[in-house]
Amino acid sequence: MVSPKNALTFEGIKHAQMSELKDLEALVVQVRRDILRMVHEVNSGHPGGSLGCTEFFVAMYNHVMELKDTFDMDGIGEDLFFLSNGHISPVYYSVLARKGFFPLEELNTFRKINSRLQGHPATHEGLPGIRIASGSLGQGMSVAIGAALAKKLNGDPHLIYSLHGDGELQEGQVWEAVMFAAGRNVDNLIATIDRNGQQIDGPTEEVMPLGDVKTKFEAFGWEVVSLQDGNNLEAIIQTMEEAKKRTGKGKPVAVIMETVMGHGVDFMMHTHAWHGKAPNDEQLELALSQNPETLGDY
Amino acid sequence: MKKYTDQGKKDTRSGFGAGLAELGKTNPRVVALCADLVGSLKMDAFIADNPDRFFQVGIAEANMMGIAAGLTIGGYIPFTGTFANFSTGRVYDQVRQSIAYSEKNVKICASHAGITLGEDGATHQILEDIGLMKMLPGMTVINPCDYNQTRAATLAIAEHEGPVYLRFGRPKVPNFTPEQQEFQIGKALLLQEGTDVSIFATGHLVWEALIAAENLEKEGISAEVINIHTIKPIDTEAIIASASKTGCVVTAEEHNYYGGMGESVARVLTTHRPTPQEFVATRDTFGESGTPQQLMEKYGLNNKAIEKAVHKVVTRRDG
Repeated sequence: MVSPKNALTFEGIKHAQMSELKDLEALVVQVRRDILRMVHEVNSGHPGGSLGCTEFFVAMYNHVMELKDTFDMDGIGEDLFFLSNGHISPVYYSVLARKGFFPLEELNTFRKINSRLQGHPATHEGLPGIRIASGSLGQGMSVAIGAALAKKLNGDPHLIYSLHGDGELQEGQVWEAVMFAAGRNVDNLIATIDRNGQQIDGPTEEVMPLGDVKTKFEAFGWEVVSLQDGNNLEAIIQTMEEAKKRTGKGKPVAVIMETVMGHGVDFMMHTHAWHGKAPNDEQLELALSQNPETLGDY
Repeated sequence: MKKYTDQGKKDTRSGFGAGLAELGKTNPRVVALCADLVGSLKMDAFIADNPDRFFQVGIAEANMMGIAAGLTIGGYIPFTGTFANFSTGRVYDQVRQSIAYSEKNVKICASHAGITLGEDGATHQILEDIGLMKMLPGMTVINPCDYNQTRAATLAIAEHEGPVYLRFGRPKVPNFTPEQQEFQIGKALLLQEGTDVSIFATGHLVWEALIAAENLEKEGISAEVINIHTIKPIDTEAIIASASKTGCVVTAEEHNYYGGMGESVARVLTTHRPTPQEFVATRDTFGESGTPQQLMEKYGLNNKAIEKAVHKVVTRRDG
């Protein structure tokens, strides 16, 4: 049922030898550099959450998910990923580009006029790898559920993955979706919550306390897996493999992933200050010096 | 003059239900979702035949819109069902980001539109939905006039690639268009030719326009009646052709005059052929409880209101 209209051209996804941990670690450092350089270039964008989820994205696209070597909108016969907290687009774009979804040089166009790399991810300009627009928060889990239902209707055993910010859980639609997924046994969905404890106006527990997220998901009828070090590649891979094992048993699976916002750049860590702020020239230099080039800058 | 006869009163929402049931048999890609209003939307027949292709989401319209967007990824054509109010205003941002901007092939099917919802009152009578939906880039907006046309439109939108807003209503109204009609999205239907005034009507007001035209004929006024079932994309050619012939225009719709079909017609006319126009529509007001007929009378949405508007616009043209 792949509609030709949705079959987009791209460079060809690289199934590189990324299975070794040191290769993934090198990629993590390079992606951090991409994120910092992208937001610095246009003096806008969201480095904090992007850096906090770098290890997660690298692990997902290079180890955890099963992907076809072409991109089409319907994505039948492969795992699909949905980013609900669209503002962390820099990490998404960098990981997609370095996977071969689109030319690496295109990272240069991030947030600029006539670009496919919009401030928040969009399908409108036809960027390969993106299947839904996100940015206005709280909508991604519903979309992921729809895609999971389509997989079931198609008899496709592949999984749906989604990522959500923790502050995003303040949106009511998320809980409509959480209720549906459990009530309708959407057990081919693994939703990861980036529990970095920060949002624009400050710590989540001050802005609007989220309380015990794990217990809340469990109370709605989800399987919950905790990931205490969401900035550790090995831990991420291990936890996601565990999450996979829990699919197909009648319940949706949540991964509560604790991360450090701004991870990998010392002055950006443990604060909400870099949620949506770009580094200046000196700050960029310092940040890059903490992350020396590994695979070559774009 | 061609006469249209009422083949018996039927609700347009039943036309939707019949069309959806037919799609259930003919198109395996069609799936349906509902937010706790299966009976009101007449979705029972589809559900009975296709239990695996129906998703009851409960009272959670925002989630329903997102799930519908997701179902398109994998090749399905989701039809969402709830009241017009909850299909638009309540979920505007979900429709905007996850469906319209993402260019998803979702059919938003909205019942109980307009003031003829009746006794439930203004909380449920949305008179702003056409405006909300036509402003979304890429969204097709359709408001059929009777049971037969709503059924035909339901079949047609399944064949159309892209998001669609299909608006219909609650009350039983005259069913007068042909049973086996073809529905062409974006193609206005000339129901009755005339030379003195053009009446562009949509939805429940089309039948009222035909009655008005019959009454006007007795006074010697020859009214052309055109059914604008598709508000977006609007049939620019048909509007210009008729207005060029008659030189004055009345638009009639069950919607606020801000953002309605009348404004779309006015945009076409001011751009191509400035023409005096009168609006039969609600005038920046909420509705209230009452029977559909009482409300149509009180808010100036019936054949009498159309006749009055015709007299006014003819005088303006000739004055």
